[in-house]
Amino acid sequence: MSHQSTYNPQTGFEKWLDARLPIVRLGYDSFVDFPTPRNLNYWYTFGGILAVFLVIQILSGVVLAMHYVPHVDHAFDSVERIRRDVNYGWLIQSMHANGAAFFFVAVYLHMFRGLYYGSYKSPREILWIIGVVIYLLMMAAAFMGYVLPWGQMSYWGATVITNLVGALPVVGEGIREWLWGDFAVGNATLNRFFSLHYLIPFLIAGLVILHIWALHVPGNNNPTGVEVKGKGDTLPFHPYYTVKDGFAIVLFLMIFAGFVFYLPNVLGHADNSIEANPLVTPAHIVPEWYFLPFYAILRAVTFDIGPISAKLGGVLAMFGAIGVLFVVPWLDGSPVKSMRYRPIAKWCFLIFVIACLGLGWCGAENPDNLVFEFGGVGMKFVVLSQILTAYYFAFFLVILPVLGFIEKPTERPASIEASVLGSSSNATPAE
Amino acid sequence: MTDHISEEPTRRDFIYIAAGGAAAIGGALTIWPFIHQMNPAADTLALGSIRKDISSLAVGQEITIMFRGGPVFIRRRTEAEIAEAVDTPFDALPDDMARNENLPDDASAVDANRVLNPEFLIVKGNCTHLGCVPVGNGAGDYDGWFCPCHGSHYDASARIRRGPAPENLPVPTYIFENEGAVVKLGATSDEVAAAGWSVA
Repeated sequence: MSHQSTYNPQTGFEKWLDARLPIVRLGYDSFVDFPTPRNLNYWYTFGGILAVFLVIQILSGVVLAMHYVPHVDHAFDSVERIRRDVNYGWLIQSMHANGAAFFFVAVYLHMFRGLYYGSYKSPREILWIIGVVIYLLMMAAAFMGYVLPWGQMSYWGATVITNLVGALPVVGEGIREWLWGDFAVGNATLNRFFSLHYLIPFLIAGLVILHIWALHVPGNNNPTGVEVKGKGDTLPFHPYYTVKDGFAIVLFLMIFAGFVFYLPNVLGHADNSIEANPLVTPAHIVPEWYFLPFYAILRAVTFDIGPISAKLGGVLAMFGAIGVLFVVPWLDGSPVKSMRYRPIAKWCFLIFVIACLGLGWCGAENPDNLVFEFGGVGMKFVVLSQILTAYYFAFFLVILPVLGFIEKPTERPASIEASVLGSSSNATPAE
Repeated sequence: MTDHISEEPTRRDFIYIAAGGAAAIGGALTIWPFIHQMNPAADTLALGSIRKDISSLAVGQEITIMFRGGPVFIRRRTEAEIAEAVDTPFDALPDDMARNENLPDDASAVDANRVLNPEFLIVKGNCTHLGCVPVGNGAGDYDGWFCPCHGSHYDASARIRRGPAPENLPVPTYIFENEGAVVKLGATSDEVAAAGWSVA
């Protein structure tokens, strides 16, 4: 629940401002005095980490845009110039490129946390849906950003992904040319991708405000999934969670800095150090690692389904894998939020996480390579990706709905306070 | 309850509907330029045709040239390749359409519908699966092209034979000039009509 404001302006200026624009009150109520469940663990720190990375990406991106030239003849060289000649360009470019990767590390952990603790359930459906929209925009921004350096992987990644749209019946080819602004990925495409890549982070920032707003109406979920019942269940956000979030942010930034300084290219692809060439396709096209699971799902559909061709089927499966997230709040019928108290769902979730990682592995490999070989027989990656894709969809469309009916949850604590202090404690006298 | 069944529409109702309708139509008309600006611009469309001298191509030689931002394969086929392409049974072709912009859409995929002069095979060089550039010079299991991205095999007439690609490599509009020494890619429909293209 939105709580009663406890902000008490002290100085004359604060009182004067508060009567005109209560912005300090808003900040105080949202990030200082905000009542937060006392049992949030470190999985709950990724929201703050994500906010920090959005700021890092915007600041480093604004700087890069001062030196980058969005033209097919200059884009590749301008990025090389940033990395070699621009003062601290090597640092800021590395922050931006690796920042994207760490942004996705954090968002995936944030999403898995939400799934495990049932953070999408009533009354937080809108909060969850806004999060999925932010995730979609992140993917769009990351995809277009990867095109900008105009290397071989940039160009051919853009070609393959925009060609997916061509799979749509009737309107597909028209939309594809509309996206390109040409008959192939070219200068018009690069220009518009740069424009949109600059726009999207600000859309994300706006949605983040809505995300926090939708969080602060019902308040945080927590690892028990039991809603806040009284004052003993919560602590003020500051200093308890400013410190906890701050500690996690510092740890996460340390790992990030390790990559920025010592492994700046390890997450990239060698082919992107070759300038884009529309006449030569690299032997093995792979997207950035954070798209690999969806790439594997795309390639898992190798068969026609009735009137739907394999190509269109793959595209539908890939978008469906993200689209299904929008309806998770209504697919999961269990009234118990946290999987801590759901003995079957907990294991299905663990397998789901492994399936996602496995799909990432499949996405990086050639579909016809063998996962393992034993005495002349083996399994191709395409078969593994088909099995894992089936599980991915089954988890959302079969397991979650069915478990709502058949699973018997274990006993939950009476309150957050009881879960923290133990059931034998009599810390809260009956009032 | 009192009944208000047949309340006459008032002048205010009319203004609401007229204003709302005008705003909706005006909004839609305003959106269109902002959508259409993303389609290929006039100068992009004007880059429609190029000429290439092909008289120096040896038999069995293949070149790739840029046309409208993408590759076009020009291959001077050997007798054996032509024979193989002509003799391929029709039911071995997953895509039975010619995909030839010089011919009507319903032309069949026989080799004669893919070429103007059987010696020169001219096709756009982006795989019809996801747009990669296939490897040529007789690559793949059907002596034509092989796409390394997702494993599509094309034959000596650049028709899809196996793999995820749904269609044959398309034939761009073209005509020969200077008694066959020069190919003009992006020929107009009048030029195509006069060049002797016909459905086999």
